Amino acid sequence: MTDQTIALQFTSVSFSYPALQVLEDVSFHFHSGEFIALVGPNGSGKTTLLKLILGLEQPQAGTIRLLGQSPKKSSNLIGYVPQHASYDPTFPITVQEVVRMGLVGSVKRGQRKQELEQALWALEQVELAHLASRPYSELSGGQRRRVLVARALCAKPGMLILDEPAANMDKESERRLYATLAHLKGATTILIVTHDMRQVSDLTDRVFCIDAHKEGGVGRTVVQHALEDYEDGIKRVRHDVKLSGDQCQKEAFNG
Amino acid sequence: MDNLAGFFGALGSPDFPFVRNAFFAGLLSSVLFGVLGSVVTVKRIAGLAGAISHAVLGGIGIALYLSATGKVPGLSPMVGAIVFALLSALIIGTVSLKSKQREDTVIQAIWAIGMSIGVLFMAKTPGYTDPSSYLFGNILLISSQDLVLLLVLDVVVVFLAWRFYPQIEASAFDEEFAQVRGIPTRAVFLMILSVTAIAVVLLQTFVGIVMVIAMLTLPAGTAGYTAKNLASMMAGATLYAFFFSFSGLVVGWVVDVPVGAMVVVIAGAFFLGRAAGNLIAKRRKSHDKGEKSPA
Repeated sequence: MTDQTIALQFTSVSFSYPALQVLEDVSFHFHSGEFIALVGPNGSGKTTLLKLILGLEQPQAGTIRLLGQSPKKSSNLIGYVPQHASYDPTFPITVQEVVRMGLVGSVKRGQRKQELEQALWALEQVELAHLASRPYSELSGGQRRRVLVARALCAKPGMLILDEPAANMDKESERRLYATLAHLKGATTILIVTHDMRQVSDLTDRVFCIDAHKEGGVGRTVVQHALEDYEDGIKRVRHDVKLSGDQCQKEAFNG
Repeated sequence: MDNLAGFFGALGSPDFPFVRNAFFAGLLSSVLFGVLGSVVTVKRIAGLAGAISHAVLGGIGIALYLSATGKVPGLSPMVGAIVFALLSALIIGTVSLKSKQREDTVIQAIWAIGMSIGVLFMAKTPGYTDPSSYLFGNILLISSQDLVLLLVLDVVVVFLAWRFYPQIEASAFDEEFAQVRGIPTRAVFLMILSVTAIAVVLLQTFVGIVMVIAMLTLPAGTAGYTAKNLASMMAGATLYAFFFSFSGLVVGWVVDVPVGAMVVVIAGAFFLGRAAGNLIAKRRKSHDKGEKSPA
């Protein structure tokens, strides 16, 4: 299902905060239609890397191309599913209105009827169309996360980015979420950012790790690790088998 | 009952224009309290609005002093209030965006310093100036010109809220996502803060600082318990604000007490009553669930 079009490419990217070098000489890429996991422990620079991809931070060195453009220019082609950990349960809003937010422009007002139709379509993709009129705060944590996936899908993006999609989720909700992602795989490029260093979903084509520093470097870098089948629905990350971030690994590694 | 009949008689009588003006002031300010109050509540910046509305006293004190001592003859207290409101909005907004961890300290500092400057300058102003008259205001002293100003501000605020509703809603609900969608969230935040600051200045000269901050939070807070979305919260808060203003005016007239303070007490009692009712309903619901679930 994947093609050779590059969806995201980092070339020698470095980023630092005033007193802290976070990323140094990061180079990796993946293709359109692929299902990618980007893993790293807490504090490794995952959030910074995500902000760079989303165009919320600018690198001090190197270039980032997202769907053929700079991240800032291509932000409308991205469907982003944040953790939304600071969610306010007293905020009055319905499920449908949350999903319509995925179509909001920087200053423009959209067509209400068209937006409603698209929001309903997106809710159907995550099998939650029957909850469209319900208050968002009445949903379970797993349902809320799927609503956020629908919000990201609403603008029919070329790429879906999910930050810690399974955090604080029970097994059944997680299974439903990954069933939705399996349905989308191939038609949409999917990037999952997670702190789980050992296991990833069996949907994953390639896994990139925010790894230790390169020799002589201060900031962290990104390397590609091999994957092996572990048990039903899960793949294990082979941290002992490192590949270059720019190496296209088409064949799954099987031990 | 005679007093109540007297109030409605005065409301319709051309001999008591101040009662009619107070009624229309309540009506027009309710729109501002409802719309801006809902935005302030969902953005969780009531503390910021509180600091701005109290810091305004500093500008009023300085303007009164400069005018009374002849240093700047005829300087209106409203000019001083606008300068202080925008200045404090700028400082608080910048600190809030650049250094979140210092936000609380700066809000409290601006609140206290602004009020203290006001009290100091009023003390040195020739003649007697009572700071409490600015804290509680007097809705019965509103002129027809003031009503026109309120109407203009109503139109501007309602238009901005309608025009940028999706951007305001998105940046209040999920700021990070709004940024990714290209919404200038900082500009939206500073715009909300500036409009709130200007509205606070206008409203506080009519109804007093305490009533402004109470009415920016209590009607929206009360409406928030039943609102389905931000738009219905704005509509509900506007109706509540008008109901509180009108009942405060009626009760204030009937029992002969300050109207501003009465409005705040009624709004506060309603909000607390609604909060208590909500808490009891939640407890009952969880209790019922506990009883129904198998052992």
